[in-house]
Amino acid sequence: MLFQKGPLGPPKVSVAKVQKENLKPSVFGIGTVEARLSYAIGPTQAGRVLTALADQGDRVQVGQVLGDIDPVDIDQRLQSASAAASRAQNAVMVSEAQVRDAVSRNALAQTSAKRYTDLFAAQAISRELTDAKQNEATSAQASLDAARATLAAAQEDFSRASFDRNAVMSQRTNLQLISPSNGIIVSRDAEPGTTVVAGQSVFHLIDPQTLWVRTRIDQSRFYGIMVGQTASIVLRSRPDAPIPGKVVRLEVQGDNVTEERFVNVMFNEVPNIIPLGELAEVTIDLPPVSDALVVPAAAVKRLNKQYGVWIAENGLIHFQPVTVGVQTLDGKVQILEGLKQGESIVTHSPKQLTEGLRVRVEPVL
Amino acid sequence: MINLALKEISHTWVRYVLTAVGLGLLIGVTLTMTGLVRGLMDDAVALVRGTHADLWVVQDETQGPYAENSTLYDDVYRSIAGLPGVADVSNVAYLTVQARHGDTDVRVLIAGFERDHLGEPPFLLAGRPIVKDHYEAIADVKTGFKVGDKIGIRRDEYTVVGLTDRMVSSGGDPVVFITMKDAQIVQFQKDNTSIYNDRNRLAANPQLNRPGVPGLLNAVTENQQLNNKVNAVLVQVAPGYEPAAVADTIRRWKHLQVYTYDQVTQILLVKVIVNALRQLGFFMAILALVSTAIIALIIYTMTMGKIKEIAVLKLIGAKNSTIAGMILQQAWGLGLIGFAVGKAASTLWAPFFPKHIEFMLIDTSVAFVITMIICTLASLVGIRAALKVQPASAIGG
Repeated sequence: MLFQKGPLGPPKVSVAKVQKENLKPSVFGIGTVEARLSYAIGPTQAGRVLTALADQGDRVQVGQVLGDIDPVDIDQRLQSASAAASRAQNAVMVSEAQVRDAVSRNALAQTSAKRYTDLFAAQAISRELTDAKQNEATSAQASLDAARATLAAAQEDFSRASFDRNAVMSQRTNLQLISPSNGIIVSRDAEPGTTVVAGQSVFHLIDPQTLWVRTRIDQSRFYGIMVGQTASIVLRSRPDAPIPGKVVRLEVQGDNVTEERFVNVMFNEVPNIIPLGELAEVTIDLPPVSDALVVPAAAVKRLNKQYGVWIAENGLIHFQPVTVGVQTLDGKVQILEGLKQGESIVTHSPKQLTEGLRVRVEPVL
Repeated sequence: MINLALKEISHTWVRYVLTAVGLGLLIGVTLTMTGLVRGLMDDAVALVRGTHADLWVVQDETQGPYAENSTLYDDVYRSIAGLPGVADVSNVAYLTVQARHGDTDVRVLIAGFERDHLGEPPFLLAGRPIVKDHYEAIADVKTGFKVGDKIGIRRDEYTVVGLTDRMVSSGGDPVVFITMKDAQIVQFQKDNTSIYNDRNRLAANPQLNRPGVPGLLNAVTENQQLNNKVNAVLVQVAPGYEPAAVADTIRRWKHLQVYTYDQVTQILLVKVIVNALRQLGFFMAILALVSTAIIALIIYTMTMGKIKEIAVLKLIGAKNSTIAGMILQQAWGLGLIGFAVGKAASTLWAPFFPKHIEFMLIDTSVAFVITMIICTLASLVGIRAALKVQPASAIGG
């Protein structure tokens, strides 16, 4: 009897019954709050920051001027280009006058040539005179053509000077830092007077309407997550106030070093104080399963890569292989195959269980 | 024929029983001491045994992860998983910390394990297994934690979701199991001041902080603050393969050090706990000697105290063999009762010790045999004295 009861007896195990329940499985991951749309605004060439008109925390509109880069000689070049354009315009006027002059001369020469030809026909003047006038007419025509061509060239020249001036104008406006979207300035990275190189950012801007939690989910728990599922977000700064959210994107590229995949969970309502960069815990609700055969997670063990449960029969235990389905975060596991409703399975034991071990079953409370 | 021994005792049975109890307590102390030594040895290999791994892969030229520190990249397991004869691989990480609980802290060994792989706690006394990837823990009962307790480890708070037993470090500290990702953060992520310090040092280096290459500083900082190391990789060998052969393959082609289960337990017993074992072993030897001497002395004294009665017995015609038998039986009685008392006492007070005490059948049997031999030998001395007694001395001759 000493070996039946008391501390020298067979180990006591706790059992539970397999039940049918509606399960609400979910997946847990941690992530950081990021903005889907974020912009780094800076110059496209090296320069010195002239003015910075916005600062961290400011709300800005699309098209708003946030600052300027020092134009250096661009204004002078603009003036030079304007002057060149004016000069070209004046050259056009000169050419136009020359054309008018050539037209007039040509008209006279043509009329004279015509008159002299008529006079020669009436044998009133010599051939030499007629030829001379004819020559003058041809010459005047040629001068007119030349003047017209010169006018066309002057006009093209004026166009070119205008375009050159527009180009310098574009360069000038490019030195302005313009906000590409409505949003909030996250940081001001360079103060007026600082030298910045091409591509270096002066302002960081985000669109707070696109705030989401970039959640890391272990690759082995990822299956079943879909866009549109609801989620609960717990920010580290507010651990007692979960915020509802929704899965909006499953990132295509996973992380092969940490063996995780990324799920983007957007806030249903953006919090007033923007928690950019904050750590958050996300629980994603998977589709519920109704009328599932459920066992406590403590009962499911793995033996030689096979999931199973220990069943106590007549004081001996044996391993029953099972196929598992979904798991919930409060420790319930769905059994797809291997068990029936109402069967008793071992949940807790004081030591490692082996096939055929003699045990005592503790009555279920 | 009456049993002389019993008859004699029945007159002074209180003293006899008390003597036996006293003897028993002494035997109990010796048995407990043996149990302590066995417990120490069992503690040393408890964690190793509980993982059910066949091979331990550690950093080359170290005897880790228990005897020495060993660090491996956490993707080394991938190159081992594909080798012939490997059935399962798993990363593990170990670190001793003081876990905060309420106002106190408890010394624990943090064990990081990969869920669904080797290294997971093999059974639960209460609660459930770890379900979330972060911030859940399973603790050994010796920590004193209960299911639902919140404990603080480094910068995070963990919830104890399950309890297990007999999971201790080689030094006897109870183990707390957490997921591998959490264990990597605990082991390798520094405190905030150090992190800021590291970042500032990087930013002060003009080679790494180039304004013309905007992403460079961030990339270098991120690389420096990776937590991608583990302490060892556990391997389960497929059926039909020899662990030693698979170990050789890994050692030769992967240039890592590999220990089989036997080698790891050897390292633990012979190298890690050898000083503690020797310490206790010496004391146990002394205790055994002293116990032996005391038992012998008690029996001898008891016998000598009965010289007068023995003389009377001789006077009334008791044979020498009868008297010798009486003394021997009384000595054996002392030994038997004493041993029973001692075994019961040590079994009763063993659970109150802070560390595990293991009673093995072989130790108990050997102790029993030695006790009976001591009793016999000690009684022989008394018998010799008794046989020499002159019957006449009973009446003052």
